[in-house]
Amino acid sequence: MENMLTVSSSPHLSSGATTRKIMLDVIISLVPASIAATVFFGWKSLMLIAVCVISCVVMEYICRRVMKRKNTIGDLSAVVTGLLLALNLPSGINPLIAVFGCAVAIIAVKQMFGGIGNNFVNPAITARIVLLVSFPVHMTTWEKPFEWLNTADSVTGATPLAMMAQGEKTSYFDLLIGNTGGCLGETCVIALVLGGIYLVARRVISPVIPLCFIGTVFVLSFVLGQDPVFHILSGGVMLGAIFMATDYTTSPMNTWGKVIFGIGCGIITVLIRLYANLPEGVSFSIILMNILVPHIENLTKPRPFGKEKKNEKA
Amino acid sequence: MAKGLFKEFSKGIIKENPVLCLVLGTCPTLAVTTQASNAIGMGVAATLVLICSNAAISLLRKVIPDKVRIPAYITIIAGFVTMVQMLVKAFAPAIDESLGIYLPLIVVNCIILGRAEMFASKNSVVPSMVDGLGMGVGFTAAMLLMGAIRELLGAGTIFGLPVTSAFMDPILIFILPPGGFFVFGMLVALSSKLSGKQKTAEDISCAKCPMNKNCSKLKEEGQCNG
Repeated sequence: MENMLTVSSSPHLSSGATTRKIMLDVIISLVPASIAATVFFGWKSLMLIAVCVISCVVMEYICRRVMKRKNTIGDLSAVVTGLLLALNLPSGINPLIAVFGCAVAIIAVKQMFGGIGNNFVNPAITARIVLLVSFPVHMTTWEKPFEWLNTADSVTGATPLAMMAQGEKTSYFDLLIGNTGGCLGETCVIALVLGGIYLVARRVISPVIPLCFIGTVFVLSFVLGQDPVFHILSGGVMLGAIFMATDYTTSPMNTWGKVIFGIGCGIITVLIRLYANLPEGVSFSIILMNILVPHIENLTKPRPFGKEKKNEKA
Repeated sequence: MAKGLFKEFSKGIIKENPVLCLVLGTCPTLAVTTQASNAIGMGVAATLVLICSNAAISLLRKVIPDKVRIPAYITIIAGFVTMVQMLVKAFAPAIDESLGIYLPLIVVNCIILGRAEMFASKNSVVPSMVDGLGMGVGFTAAMLLMGAIRELLGAGTIFGLPVTSAFMDPILIFILPPGGFFVFGMLVALSSKLSGKQKTAEDISCAKCPMNKNCSKLKEEGQCNG
């Protein structure tokens, strides 16, 4: 009789989800965007992705060795960081600058704070901001899509948001399929949404943050007299909302926290786009809200079941 | 006697470095170290004030009433800072230009007030001056190191001479405030590693450790001796 009972501590049911499986799903969901980047900006975007992924994994391995900690490259989180960082860079960038960005993401942001799960801001976003501040010219030199087919030299063009500032409009169709200048991964909205639907269907991310983020951008830009459809399709809103803002470590756990987080990101994005002297504000909005996450968590702490409400009289 | 004086001098450079170990005077350290030459100008000015104010305060330590000692110290320090500022304005206007507000702000520099309170008010004149010199040299050295690193990485030059600008683009963030904080943090970590003063998780019990909630060591090994 005793042999039939297994005594073990909780949890007793496991969903089978591991860090590795989740990260693999994220990588799969980014494949369409990577393919789109290769189609629009040429083979060198594939090379840039490879450079970022490999250097992130190598740096993670070296860091863990030097810090004498358990090796974590098997959980694929460094691959995701490298992939996301590459998709946040313009296609013509010097690979050495990309490697510097990987060092910022993995060494300074992730490993110095204790590795996966302990970083207080998103590594890829932080690396992008550091690169944007450090190399403003390189990071804002955008190549025109399909130019790699015609000429050996790259032809540069402005992003839709920069063109908007000068009064030019980009058609919705071009924005949807990604026939615009921009970072590798941010241009093709269809590929990003496909990836997002896959992640939601696989229950890797909850749709609350992306919907609140994109919805806030839509509503606020409409209220401020802008073209709301243009604002959600252009720039990094899709990439940021679906893949960067939903990072487990740096986003709130509860639904209400997620709502606050998404709305905050959207508000800051629109305000930077319209009133600051930067054309794009998605990365800054995400990093600012990342820093606020502990406070959001405190505000939205759930009431344990059965515990009396604060104002209720006994 | 000489040996004791040397100890007072040398402690300010490494063991009690005002910037890297005592973490005093952080504001000018972060603000003016965008160039190595600024760092030297600031360091020399602060050292001069430090030596003179330490000497004066040490001489007056029995006259100054305990209750009003801080205002008295600040008045003395402000007098010397004004003198130094006038000298710099007259003989090195370029440095005055680049240091800007941080030169008069030496008045409220924590290092100078700290040494007055901690050392000069309790010791005689000669050790106080030596202490001021040592602290000043330590301050200057730390700022020079930081300024050189930030200028080399952030502008590709050292003392205005081009070094790496021929073959690489400068990493601008290092001469901006975030880069300043980053280099400062790295130097503090390095100096505490080199001086062997850092406490491991085993020294302080885990319960007292400010990082205990997200300590990866605990998670991995599943043990805690706190």
